[in-house]
Amino acid sequence: MRGAASRTGVVATPAGGVGGGGDRVAVETQVRGWATLLSLGSCSPWTPGLQAASILPSTRAKITRFGQQPMRPHSLAPGRPLPPAGLSRAEGLSSPCGSWLTAGLCSLTTWTSSPSGHSWGPAWPPRSGLSICRGFQTEKDSLRSLTVSTMIHSLFLINSSGDIFLEKHWKSVVSRSVCDYFFEAQERATEAENVPPVIPTPHHYLLSVYRHKIFFVAVIQTEVPPLFVIEFLHRVVDTFQDYFGVCSEPVIKDNVVVVYEVLEEMLDNGFPLATESNILKELIKPPTILRTVVNTITGSTNVGDQLPTGQLSVVPWRRTGVKYTNNEAYFDVIEEIDAIIDKSGSTITAEIQGVIDACVKLTGMPDLTLSFMNPRLLDDVSFHPCVRFKRWESERILSFIPPDGNFRLLSYHVSAQNLVAIPVYVKHNISFRDSSSLGRFEITVGPKQTMGKTIEGVTVTSQMPRGVLNMSLTPSQGTHTFDPVTKMLSWDVGKINPQKLPSLKGTMSLQAGASKPDENPTINLQFKIQQLAISGLKVNRLDMYGEKYKPFKGIKYMTKAGKFQVRT
Amino acid sequence: MSSNSFAYNEQSGGGEATELGQEATSTISPSGAFGLFSSDMKKNEDLKQMLESNKDSAKLDAMKRIVGMIAKGKNASELFPAVVKNVASKNIEIKKLVYVYLVRYAEEQQDLALLSISTFQRALKDPNQLIRASALRVLSSIRVPIIVPIMMLAIKEASADLSPYVRKNAAHAIQKLYSLDPEQKEMLIEIIEKLLKDKSTLVAGSVVMAFEEVCPDRIDLIHKNYRKLCNLLVDVEEWGQVVIIHMLTRYARTQFVSPWREVDSLPAEPQGKPKNTGMGSLSLLQRIFPIYISSRNYVSFLGDVLEDNEKDFYDSDEEQKEKADKRKRPYAMDPDHRLLIRNTKPLLQSRNAAVVMAVAQLYWHIAPKSEAGIISKSLVRLLRSSREVQYIVLQNIATMSIQRKGMFEPYLKSFYVRSTDPTMIKILKLEILTNLANEANISTLLREFQTYVKSQDKQFAAATIQTIGRCATSITEVSDTCLNGLVCLLSNRDEIVVAESVVVIKKLLQMQPMQHGEIIKHMAKLLDSITVPVARASILWLIGENCERVPKIAPDVLRKTAKSFTSEDDLVKLQILNLGAKLYLTNSKQTKLLTQYILNLGKYDQNYDIRDRTRFIRQLIVPNEKSGALSKYAKKIFLAQKPAPLLESPFKDRDHFQLGTLSHTLNTKATGYLELSNWPEVAPDPSVRNVEVIELAKEWTPAGKAKKENPDKKFYSESEEEEDSSESSSDSESESGSESGEDGEDEEDDHSGDSAEDSGESGSEPEAGKGRAATRSRARGRGDSKDVDKEKENSKTSESSSGESSSIEESSSDSESESESESESESRKVTKEKKKKTKQERNPLTKDVSLLDLDDFNLVSTPVALPTPALSPSLIADLEGLNLSATSSVISVSTPVFVPGKTHVLLHRMSGKGLAAHYFFPRQPCIFGDKMVSVQITLNNTTDQKIENIHVGGKKLPMGMQMHVFNPIESLEPAGSITVSMGIDFCDSTQTASFQLCTKDDCFSVNIQPPVGELLLPVAMSEKDFKKEQGMLSGMNETSTMIIAAPQNFASSVILQKIVNVANVGVVPSGQDNIHRFAAKTVHSGSLMLVTVELKEGSTAQLIINTEKTVIGSVLLRELKPVLSQG
Repeated sequence: MRGAASRTGVVATPAGGVGGGGDRVAVETQVRGWATLLSLGSCSPWTPGLQAASILPSTRAKITRFGQQPMRPHSLAPGRPLPPAGLSRAEGLSSPCGSWLTAGLCSLTTWTSSPSGHSWGPAWPPRSGLSICRGFQTEKDSLRSLTVSTMIHSLFLINSSGDIFLEKHWKSVVSRSVCDYFFEAQERATEAENVPPVIPTPHHYLLSVYRHKIFFVAVIQTEVPPLFVIEFLHRVVDTFQDYFGVCSEPVIKDNVVVVYEVLEEMLDNGFPLATESNILKELIKPPTILRTVVNTITGSTNVGDQLPTGQLSVVPWRRTGVKYTNNEAYFDVIEEIDAIIDKSGSTITAEIQGVIDACVKLTGMPDLTLSFMNPRLLDDVSFHPCVRFKRWESERILSFIPPDGNFRLLSYHVSAQNLVAIPVYVKHNISFRDSSSLGRFEITVGPKQTMGKTIEGVTVTSQMPRGVLNMSLTPSQGTHTFDPVTKMLSWDVGKINPQKLPSLKGTMSLQAGASKPDENPTINLQFKIQQLAISGLKVNRLDMYGEKYKPFKGIKYMTKAGKFQVRT
Repeated sequence: MSSNSFAYNEQSGGGEATELGQEATSTISPSGAFGLFSSDMKKNEDLKQMLESNKDSAKLDAMKRIVGMIAKGKNASELFPAVVKNVASKNIEIKKLVYVYLVRYAEEQQDLALLSISTFQRALKDPNQLIRASALRVLSSIRVPIIVPIMMLAIKEASADLSPYVRKNAAHAIQKLYSLDPEQKEMLIEIIEKLLKDKSTLVAGSVVMAFEEVCPDRIDLIHKNYRKLCNLLVDVEEWGQVVIIHMLTRYARTQFVSPWREVDSLPAEPQGKPKNTGMGSLSLLQRIFPIYISSRNYVSFLGDVLEDNEKDFYDSDEEQKEKADKRKRPYAMDPDHRLLIRNTKPLLQSRNAAVVMAVAQLYWHIAPKSEAGIISKSLVRLLRSSREVQYIVLQNIATMSIQRKGMFEPYLKSFYVRSTDPTMIKILKLEILTNLANEANISTLLREFQTYVKSQDKQFAAATIQTIGRCATSITEVSDTCLNGLVCLLSNRDEIVVAESVVVIKKLLQMQPMQHGEIIKHMAKLLDSITVPVARASILWLIGENCERVPKIAPDVLRKTAKSFTSEDDLVKLQILNLGAKLYLTNSKQTKLLTQYILNLGKYDQNYDIRDRTRFIRQLIVPNEKSGALSKYAKKIFLAQKPAPLLESPFKDRDHFQLGTLSHTLNTKATGYLELSNWPEVAPDPSVRNVEVIELAKEWTPAGKAKKENPDKKFYSESEEEEDSSESSSDSESESGSESGEDGEDEEDDHSGDSAEDSGESGSEPEAGKGRAATRSRARGRGDSKDVDKEKENSKTSESSSGESSSIEESSSDSESESESESESESRKVTKEKKKKTKQERNPLTKDVSLLDLDDFNLVSTPVALPTPALSPSLIADLEGLNLSATSSVISVSTPVFVPGKTHVLLHRMSGKGLAAHYFFPRQPCIFGDKMVSVQITLNNTTDQKIENIHVGGKKLPMGMQMHVFNPIESLEPAGSITVSMGIDFCDSTQTASFQLCTKDDCFSVNIQPPVGELLLPVAMSEKDFKKEQGMLSGMNETSTMIIAAPQNFASSVILQKIVNVANVGVVPSGQDNIHRFAAKTVHSGSLMLVTVELKEGSTAQLIINTEKTVIGSVLLRELKPVLSQG
């Protein structure tokens, strides 16, 4: 919530504007680097220009240009000495020196925002004076904790409309206003997906992940491998999902106490402590409807009353004392095909991304081995920590003591160098004519290499060019929708019947007068094939050691479309 | 800001505005309860009342609401007194929530926070390790400076805690205390130093983190722990792995010499053709076998081979020529360097992207260039994960791909762009594709780029055009194609595309100052339609520059633009001025007036830059009396040959940042970024990494004798060095397997460890500088020249001297252990001789049996010098028994109490075609190796023919397992039977050893799976020692169960019989009738295994097992339980 108060802060600064020239020298001594340049500027021959700054916006931009080199964003980079402590929140607004300075900076940064061609790297965010000014007022906390360095300092959860609905600090509190930098980046990015994951601010760095329409923004202060933070944030989201089934704003708000307790356990002083969901669930029980009811009646709690010994054991991923009446172990081999198919139907690139997800509910400490008929296929794999790596290296057998419940045993990648069977083809005929305002649209989907299995759950989506106003189409099966605002066409096909291939035909009405779009839309395909692993991977057998009972074992194969694109 | 404004307002009593704010946010509160109260005061009163009530449910409710407030960033600080009272609550959840509150607000309410301290201090003494740990966690999170001494004390105590979990939390607390009070640095470094020695994987990650925060420059603290960290790495939790790998990367860059020195010394040369001999032949091979080169693995393999073998070859050559010149000596990788590279490799398979990236950067920065290739596959795999991970990984790949194209070339297609990728990902992929472009793949890439240019994402399309420009400049073959393509794009409908093309074409034309009149004419026409300022400016500049080539068009363009001058962008205005000036100089007849008109317009422009420029140009080109000598040169000034702009990757300058860091991502130095130092010219002394155990052994050598052996050093060290280092790679495998051996030491408390180290150091200090080679050669030399008696004498003296140095000594254990060690070395002799035989004949002098021989044994492995104890665990224990005070553990193997005659079928006669085999465990220390379990196999011939040549064929052992097979049996008569012994090192696991039993004609696959009880060796121990050891193996090292059985089963003889039947344990004499104790150690690692059966009232008994090897412990528990409970 970027409250009204913060807005007024911004309004106040330019008002303080050009006054208070007498204090400049004092400021200069305190604010090294950039401030020096500003005050120098005021005595230089082009002083008149400074006054003009308040009159002509364009000229103002010009002035600051003289300071171009040293004043480039780098000069404001976090490595720089901090502004003086005197510029605390209150003073920043009231004292003439403070406001002069901030005003100067505002104009400075206005220049920075002028388009500078195409920036490839992460753009330097503080493009408007607004953020800099505010950055100043709130640096009190970080000043004190300058020597403090911790991996993850704070976490903010921000929804798509820009409200911070949860904050958690593992160290001294970092003001919410730090998120303003994030909001700016968000505005600039137009789409949520394009918000850069790493945003530097004068004294902090904001690392974010975007999932389930929520931004998880971690605030860090010092050098840290960015993937470390990003991976951790993803783990947080996974944990929430595991706890609550879905991870959405209302759910997090409803379970704010559990969320807080979980976060408290996951990080200690900004360093990950317990990230295995098995252990976390021992520490803090996930809420269920039954437990919620019981808790409200009896006043008992979510916090586990036993101590989590699993955390201390040699198999830290498995909780202790697991008991089931039905002992069962299910494995899902799921493969996704990522492919780009070109206009003519030939494959440009195709890869298979496979995972084996397991749901293991076995009593005690079972030791499982899983072997494959053709383990050679798996030459690029990553494992859950429970898998004994050396055994895999020597025998190509997966040997592991599984965590309790659902987990991803391994994921593998069959790269583009191998030949990948493409199970579907798309015939398309999409044409725009220059003269008429109508275009033709026709696509047909058919099975290709399916190993005799049926293709189900087919959906076709396509982002139509902006020029398309509407489409009138008739599908031979399934339903279709076209959103005239986002220009997104989606066609829910369902099953493919090889005897009667599904097709979608019709016309597109184009904007009158507009020239024809120069690109045909790409078609994205989704489908599912049950009981087939397209790479040919087959599980040979699953054995259990260490326990006496006979478990129920099950294995399922499935092939799905990953990022499957057809260019037209 | 908003939260602050609330905070301020609330403290001042809460005005109208605040209320509104509260109302607004309260609608999204979880319980909805906030909405009920109209003002803060009231609400907080209510919460206070709830907190004061004596019902836990009310308190809990209040706490939950307070946590909700904190989560929303609202101020709840005024509730502090009411909340802090509940810190000692019995209810765990209330307690936890109070902790959350306390940590959040303690800083603001320091005095009140002190009230809670005593609670934590009490909890720090709790017998439960988890409670101790969490107390330390909260205590250290309270940022109140007054309690610094208390925290310090708590951390100190916790760092010596028996539980590794508590020690882990102590490591976390170090950072917290440091940030609270940096003055404590020195003290904290001491604790870090101590914790770095910790062998628990739980602690390793956290303490390295603390090290990085507190004293990253104290690299000297790492030396002694380097090998241990390398070996533990795989088992550390994933977050710790990342931190350790980053730290070790920095370490390696300061401690080892560059593995790519040759390449470095020739920076101008592309890395494809290095001068270095090894690499040279690699590229030669690449030329010979072009097919294999596509597979990166193969290349890296080749690299490996070449590095190890060829080096030897060339070394010997060079050695003769310039033995003295150290600088020119070819590179041989330090075994420690190799160790790090090897041990991190498996982590490329981690599911954690951060770990994979960390390993990748390690390989990039410290591995030989030929080996870095293996990381590319893993990095490409990461591209499938979330967009954030992709973003970081792609950035790093972009930097890598500039320097070493070859690494990612096979994965070119993985970087193809999908229309659904976010723009930032698309642009990064494009960057990589450009970096990877070469003559071979450019045509494919250009076709791909054509698709991208048409993309609906215009920012991306524009980036593609730039890319095409870059390809055109870097690959001259296609520059014309690219230029033509770009010209075609000029007729594109999209203005952004056209504008970008214009800009790029301008740059290209500038680089190729040939005649491109047609293109320029075409572009001049575009000026009518195009509105993007940069593009217009570019066209104008281009025409001005080539005005002599397009003499007809240029003045016309000037005429047109003069008309529109006032409405043009500043950028364009400047170029119009330039064009005017150039035309004035070359074609003043046609354009004089036009130019003057433009100059007049410019004179009154709003923009002073333009006014300045106008003034300047006028003075320069229009001759008047005031203009100086400069105007003569005006033409030269304006129409000089301009250098072409360089189109290069924005990732070009990023490589000076360590990959995978935040600084690299941002391309600016982030706070706290630690530079990766350059490789040292000469490697610092590698012996600093030698660990105490080795020095302990060294101590045994009298100093005088070492000196005498010095001449030997020359003889061996030079010629053998290379060989040793290559050998080391093969050796270390077994060593990493045996590293658990040193775990046995863990049990001894820190004090004794320290003293051992001290004495070790004092003895070896003088030679330490001479490095490892010296020690090695000395040891080697000694082994061959001295006769037995002298050795024995030496050992006696050193033994006695060490005995003297320790004040207290139990004579009984002394004699016992001495005899023990003698037998130990006896057995070793056998193994060693075997080893020697297989190894080489270079050292023909056979070794005699002596205690000191183990020093010699040591040298086989010291070149790698992992933190492996050179001595067997039991021997270490013996040594410690000798020269350490009586506090150290006494583990001495005794004879088995009982040897069950039970045999297991190895091969049934039906499946063995008449050959039957049975095996049984004789429970004797194995003669083949002290980590092996001895197994006796009885072979029977049930056929009526001779079975010939019975031997062990192929072995299929799990990692780390080793097997010593029996000698082949030439023949077995019909109905004959023969018993042979084998030794199998099961690595303390119940995994099966599979191998093939072969006869002359057949092979049979057989398995030996050891019962857990056979993985033990009995230990003799006093009751006192037992209790002490048991005390140290509490907590997570303890497993127990209750047994219910008929009373007659609990007769002591019955229990004894049952237990020794199942497990090979020794009986500990017990003073109590109702407690039976048994002690053993695991064969492989020598960890203690303590079994206690405590009879309770009625027919129950408790079975307790204490051991560090918790897995075996629990398996043993499970096996013993049914045995004890059944009649």
